[in-house]
Amino acid sequence: MIAMRMIRIFSTLTLLLALVTFNVDAQCKAFAKKDCIPELSPYQHDGNYHAAILVEGEEAELYKTFYSDMEYRVAVVGEGKLPAVEFRILDDHKNVLYSNTDHDNAKTWDFKLESSQQLKLVVKVSPFNKPGDIPASGCVAIMFGFKIKK
Amino acid sequence: MNRTYRIGTGILAVMMLFIVLLSSCQSGGKKGEKKETAVEPLKDITQVKKDIQQAEKIFNALPSPLESAMLIKSAGAKFDRKFLNPVENIKLYTTNRSRALNLGVYTCDLSFASMYDETQLIINYMTAAKKMADGLGIMDAIQQSTVDKLEENINNKEVIMETISETFLNSNSYLADNDQPAVASMVLVGGWVEGLYIATQLVDLKEFNGNKLVSTIIDQKLSIDILLNLLNSNKGNPSIDEMIVQMNGMKNVFDKINIKTTPIKTEIDKTTNQTILRSKVTTDMSLDIFKELMGVVAQIRNTFVK
Repeated sequence: MIAMRMIRIFSTLTLLLALVTFNVDAQCKAFAKKDCIPELSPYQHDGNYHAAILVEGEEAELYKTFYSDMEYRVAVVGEGKLPAVEFRILDDHKNVLYSNTDHDNAKTWDFKLESSQQLKLVVKVSPFNKPGDIPASGCVAIMFGFKIKK
Repeated sequence: MNRTYRIGTGILAVMMLFIVLLSSCQSGGKKGEKKETAVEPLKDITQVKKDIQQAEKIFNALPSPLESAMLIKSAGAKFDRKFLNPVENIKLYTTNRSRALNLGVYTCDLSFASMYDETQLIINYMTAAKKMADGLGIMDAIQQSTVDKLEENINNKEVIMETISETFLNSNSYLADNDQPAVASMVLVGGWVEGLYIATQLVDLKEFNGNKLVSTIIDQKLSIDILLNLLNSNKGNPSIDEMIVQMNGMKNVFDKINIKTTPIKTEIDKTTNQTILRSKVTTDMSLDIFKELMGVVAQIRNTFVK
């Protein structure tokens, strides 16, 4: 009897947990759609999804090939509760080609290439909180838009 | 009574501990390669921050089916439906592996058809992609209303491309957010291989030298390591392990192609405010190596669609 009740409680708690977790992830997807994809206009979003929950001070890396036939816009957007989201684009020799910290933490960067390249994007949520505070966390979305080079 | 209460409390405590552990696993859900963390007593904030910084997230981004299709079109290739995976094949796909791979394949075929305004094929391939997504349990990725919207806007390229982009986003975000990174990577690999298959099949071998489509194919060498990293981050899944072997075979052929680029110099295009990444590239690929690549790509693709 007790065991049955415990199983019921366990099932309910597990279901609740699953719903809460799913909701957090679904919010990240909804955030990416609502707040990041519009930043790509007038470029066409490529359809890929790169979003994760990052904590202050945390970094993420993304590797992608960019083609000489295209013009690109990258958009990196963090949820409002996060401090500024910094991003840098590096070539395969680790030379920094662009850093948004030199451009007032811009959310987007437009570029085109003379030859196709594999580039690395490094995203970092700036450390913001005071010592002893719990670091803030939130969704960060990285999306790419493209169009045929004119 | 007291004994029963104690047993009940004990069971509840074990369950709560299990839930806490489950919660830890889920919130650290794999978005890229992550270091293992053990359950430890509370640490001070500085140590927690250090740990967070080490728990780096890595995304390996392959060209999406839409981007691949646009690259093929911009290289001047002509449309040929015989290289697409027939929609009649959907009945063959009854496993998660085959559905995931062919969700990518059909989305690429759909994107390719959309570039050439093949209206009936656009509807057919969207329906086929929907069946693959439904089979994977991604019910909201492609709804019937999406297919209807396509039919209503069949001559509006902008709406078609937006719809393809959105449905692909819905599929891969669902899989990524629901802790199915292996399945998500299969979708991406299926789409990339299909794009490469179509491109290699469309090359006119009589006009091999100076062919723009060949240059686009050579550029795919830059993505093969990204693809292998993506697969390796899901190693241990039997379907993924099999693909790693296949893709290493493809990499061996790509490794025979030389690509040399000069260092990148940046320049601002003042009319558009875009940054131009300037660098010169030299590549070489003989006809024999191309044929070898074409063969290995076709062989892998056939294992995906059979």
